[in-house]
Amino acid sequence: MNLWFIPVVACYLASSAAYGGYLFVQKNRFHQAGYALMLVGFLLHTVVVLAEGFMSGHIPVQNLHETLSFAAWVLAGVFVLIRWRTRLKILGVLAAPFITLITTAALMVPDKEVEIQTSFSSLWLILHVVVIFIGYASLALACGTGILYLIQERSIKGKKHRFFYRRLPSLELLDNTGYSFIVIGFTALTVGLITGFVYAQAVWGRFWSWDPKEVWSGITWLIYAALLHERLVAGWRGRRAAILAIIGFAAMMFTFLGVNFLLEGHHNEFTRW
Amino acid sequence: MSLPDGNAPIRNEPSMITDLPEIVMIGLNHTSAPVDLRECLAFSTAETEQALKVLKKDADIRELLILSTCNRVEFLLTSHRPEGAIAAVKTFISEAKSIPATRFESAIYTYRADEAVRHMFRVAASLDSMIVGEPQILGQIKAAYKVAVETKGTGVIVNRLLHKAFSVAKRVRSETGIGDRAVSISYAAVELARKIFGELDDKTVLLVGAGEMAELAVEHLHRNRRTGSLFVANRTFEIGVNLARRFNGTAIRFEEISETLKIADIIISSTGSPDYVIFSGMVRPIIKMRKNRPLFFIDIAVPRDIEPAINRLNNAYVYDIDDLHGVIDENIASRQSESVKAERIIDEAVIRFRQWYDSLNTVPTIIELRNKLTTIAETELAKTVGSMPDLSADDRRALARMTESMVNKMLHDPMRFLKDPGSHRDRSLYLDITRKIFNLEDE
Repeated sequence: MNLWFIPVVACYLASSAAYGGYLFVQKNRFHQAGYALMLVGFLLHTVVVLAEGFMSGHIPVQNLHETLSFAAWVLAGVFVLIRWRTRLKILGVLAAPFITLITTAALMVPDKEVEIQTSFSSLWLILHVVVIFIGYASLALACGTGILYLIQERSIKGKKHRFFYRRLPSLELLDNTGYSFIVIGFTALTVGLITGFVYAQAVWGRFWSWDPKEVWSGITWLIYAALLHERLVAGWRGRRAAILAIIGFAAMMFTFLGVNFLLEGHHNEFTRW
Repeated sequence: MSLPDGNAPIRNEPSMITDLPEIVMIGLNHTSAPVDLRECLAFSTAETEQALKVLKKDADIRELLILSTCNRVEFLLTSHRPEGAIAAVKTFISEAKSIPATRFESAIYTYRADEAVRHMFRVAASLDSMIVGEPQILGQIKAAYKVAVETKGTGVIVNRLLHKAFSVAKRVRSETGIGDRAVSISYAAVELARKIFGELDDKTVLLVGAGEMAELAVEHLHRNRRTGSLFVANRTFEIGVNLARRFNGTAIRFEEISETLKIADIIISSTGSPDYVIFSGMVRPIIKMRKNRPLFFIDIAVPRDIEPAINRLNNAYVYDIDDLHGVIDENIASRQSESVKAERIIDEAVIRFRQWYDSLNTVPTIIELRNKLTTIAETELAKTVGSMPDLSADDRRALARMTESMVNKMLHDPMRFLKDPGSHRDRSLYLDITRKIFNLEDE
């Protein structure tokens, strides 16, 4: 296991703590500290991911440890980028612990060598993995925003203006931010699927092989497609959009992890230990 | 102070000392009763007039004022038999509103004597308001007082109490910062709108009904946004037109409300309607047509205008007057020190009112009157005697006796009248007039 990984997790953990402090104390320097720690963690993480990649000569998603670490790295990157662009300070309260959780999980699972039959150095594959993971990260943040939306909506509807009411931003901002995450995530997911098809065509000679991961990716994609369609046509927003973002994320998590453990398929070798 | 002899007989009649009616306040407000009970018991102006007429006939009630606003229903009265009067009011409420007394019994408070006076002052000074410091209550009290005066419900005590309440309210407003913080329904409503919409600039507002409170809310909203249109719906179209002109808005007819809901984002309602004006069934299809853009209903009216079930619809939020209270709770702490100042002003006013009230008793008035006349007589006598050095001691005594008996003779009839002005007359009125005529106010 890479010793460099420990300071990365430590940074994420400290960032979570700072964001936790921000939730309670509402002082700007708390979320600033949280953001700075997250940034440091991300940069260290980048070094680790690049080192792993160079050492093995291919993109580091060969076992569950690497995949989780990679997912957390992309999520941290997307968060750092997005937080820089949006006013949603409170998002770190959910994102930082989530990133910490994934990296901790990555720390827990054994980092053992796996025999890989298929080529991992193809440009298409790298593109496929990176883009898909960016999609996952955005949709994870969309789910986080959806949760915040539901909490805030509940406190406004329930007329209990306590803890969260004061800390969370307006419903409109949460809804719009969640929507942008889904647009980004869905686009990335689509591009990821297409690159996957291209790669599959190149390696196995067919675009689609009814592999469980493919099927579940398709289901996830359809859920988000439905959400976007309904939003554009029927104006689904607010509560329903938030719930669907959470359901979509659950389906995505199943595609990401569940399929590998419960079902067979040609993605198994990457993520199973 | 040495009492002149003439007081002796009065002192022997103890009934004279307790002849004043007691001041009683019976009522319920936003802290003692929930909004659904308050809207059940609210009295419209017409109902208030009717109630005044009926209750004035009650033998136990001498003076009466009824104050009914969104946040309170209160009966201020004076009575020689307070228990009887309280029971009469409760029975009346139960009958007039046809609900059993047991339903509101626990929400009712009664204050007597100084406590009633203090309560009245606190209400007028907006210290007892749901939103402390909100300015509307004073106008509401003035209106209630006008109705009571027109139906001849008030007498000298309530008149005095109300005039003092107005001046106390004015003092509290000018000497404390209670009203400054714009802590009002409108403030709370705008804050909530921000939590729902974020930016208010491009939001459309629909004002239903034209209450003072709703106007304040619109005013406040306008201060917090640069653009955005306004519609005004009023049952009397002309009033709506005038109001719309004031805020650069558009007046619509009452029937157009449902059509306007398609474009309005914030709805402020304060009609005097006894029933809901906007129903859940009316809003449900509109939300779909609005493509789920959120709707925020602010219901300032009691009885409520907006069906509460609308709050259960997706992307629709309903806040009634009680709910808005929750938003302002936070600000209460910061106003605490100003309240202390206000309470001190009120304490002072209560003490002064008590002094005046006590002076309405026959004995002190007669004592003061006699003192005043005696002082005048003695001063003038001393002046006259001082300019006549030739007078003998006997002459001086004779002059002193003469002035004294003149004072006694002059006082004889007024004293007799004040002791017993006739069984149907309000003694406190004549005592008050006497004090005014002879300028006994400032000892």
